[in-house]
Amino acid sequence: MIDVAVAGTDIAFVDDPERRARILRRFRLGDGIFRSITLIAACAVLVLLTGVIVTLVYGSLPAWRAYGWEFIVSLRWNPVTENFGALPAIYGTLLTSFIAMLIGVPISLGIAFFLTEICPNRLRRSIGIAVELLAGIPSIIYGIWGLFVFAPWFQAHLQPFLIDNFANVPVLNQLFAGPPYGVGLLTAGLILSIMVLPFITSITREVFETVPPVLKEAAYGIGCTRWEVMRRVVLPYSRVGVIGAIMLGLGRALGETMAVTFVIGNAHRIVPSILAPGTTISATIANEFTEAVGELYTASMVALGLILFFITFVVLVIARLMLMRIAQKEGK
Amino acid sequence: MALAVADARYRRRRWRNWIATALAAAAASIGLTWLVLILLVLVVKGMGGLSLAVFTEMTPPPGYDGGLLNPIVGSLVLTSLAVLLGTPLGILAGTYMAEYGRYAKLTVVVRFINDILLSAPSIVIGLFVYEIMVAQMGHFSALAGAVALAMIVLPVVVRATEDMLLLVPDTLREASSALGLPRWLVIRHVAYRAAKAGIITGILLAIARITGETAPLMFTALNNQFFSWNLNAPIASLPVVIFQFALSPYEDWQQLAWTGALLITFAVLGLSILARVLSAKKVST
Repeated sequence: MIDVAVAGTDIAFVDDPERRARILRRFRLGDGIFRSITLIAACAVLVLLTGVIVTLVYGSLPAWRAYGWEFIVSLRWNPVTENFGALPAIYGTLLTSFIAMLIGVPISLGIAFFLTEICPNRLRRSIGIAVELLAGIPSIIYGIWGLFVFAPWFQAHLQPFLIDNFANVPVLNQLFAGPPYGVGLLTAGLILSIMVLPFITSITREVFETVPPVLKEAAYGIGCTRWEVMRRVVLPYSRVGVIGAIMLGLGRALGETMAVTFVIGNAHRIVPSILAPGTTISATIANEFTEAVGELYTASMVALGLILFFITFVVLVIARLMLMRIAQKEGK
Repeated sequence: MALAVADARYRRRRWRNWIATALAAAAASIGLTWLVLILLVLVVKGMGGLSLAVFTEMTPPPGYDGGLLNPIVGSLVLTSLAVLLGTPLGILAGTYMAEYGRYAKLTVVVRFINDILLSAPSIVIGLFVYEIMVAQMGHFSALAGAVALAMIVLPVVVRATEDMLLLVPDTLREASSALGLPRWLVIRHVAYRAAKAGIITGILLAIARITGETAPLMFTALNNQFFSWNLNAPIASLPVVIFQFALSPYEDWQQLAWTGALLITFAVLGLSILARVLSAKKVST
């Protein structure tokens, strides 16, 4: 009789078989419609992603036609002569993300280790929540802080120190060469590393918590130290998930726009020094897209976007596959 | 002799453990200090410019007094419109994945693609919307900005809806089905109600996420010096104004950028905390 309640009909009417059949028909029809609507919505998600790829490919066609594969390896970026190449931007994207991971990953893993094994129980929850809240801070905040606070300090203190002290060390003097600009590839990498910290930490912590307590207790029971439990039990068990978390962080760093655009310096060139201004794919698009004149300029930037999408797509697919494996292990 | 070896080994293990613990504690304090430091600087610099005028006056030309009224309103318009566009689609897609198509192959694919969209670079989404809307219509518009933001809302809501519906006990569904209720009414009257708090939490988190999004707005909604309700024209938004003002050489603009950044951060933190409180309530009942 629930149909009556839902249809809001007086119960006396339902004894009428015709009326009853009508209500049942409506039920069946409603189910068909609702099912189709949800199915269409689910397909819309697929269509969107396909649409993004198709649109980017289509929008960048003029650039591919004009330069071919050379676009990817060309060093030029000259809006006046309409000569465009993506290599400096790709280089900057990969280098800043590499720096970010180099610094961010060990610290994130350290924090996650601290939170799961070392931290007193009372603090654990509050620090954990704090980290998760920090993961939601918009990247433009990191950008503005980087531009006004970090870059000037970096220029005044750390950069001269690096330049002076490594002036006679063979490889490092190339890496830390040139005048201290403040903004540059290293600055962007450092800001990114701070930005990915809460992100990687919160996922790693979740992954660490999938380790069954019994395993850890058994290890502690036979006299393992905290570090040994971490190194020999927690890490091997959750390795795949940790790699997934790192890849997810990398995906974020690669595609990050605002935290980088403020402090990268926007220079299309490749020099050995990581203190020098450079550019990334996202910073190039953010800085130049609205001012781009001409079909080829715009198309070149869409092509840059396509390259960025391709790189992050690969990284994210790997990340998700890894995280899916740890979820399966957990039996979810 | 054997004892001495064992003793040395024991000491080495303790030593190693001590080092690892110290390093982890150092990582935690360094990492958290930096983050707290950023927030502190933000509060100090932002508070300096916080006044009533920020909420009542338009963005000024350099050298004049003004506020952030038009970007604040613009951000609210863009956000509401994005939620209006993205949420229904997201809830429906999530419904398919958790209800009708729970064991379908399509669901596995959609879930995977959705997770990719969830972390796709937002600037690429901006490019996509530029190509399909701005380039076709011939001008920047608030609508295009809202569509770009909706594409960021969508995967968050899909994920939240699916997860929350899967948490609803099947016995509830079976009980109402046994009473003769068709599937769509089971979903609407039983599953949605049980999962409501969780789905709302997801929507709040999605709003928190788009509140600070800048990259997808820069070449869709663009910017507007003036107050505008027109969805077919460019509209100002807090993140884009912050970007423009922070990179300008004018000190009063930079001050407004800091204040705007503080507002955004407060909004994001407030929304995340609200979402947490909501989901905590759901667990306790």
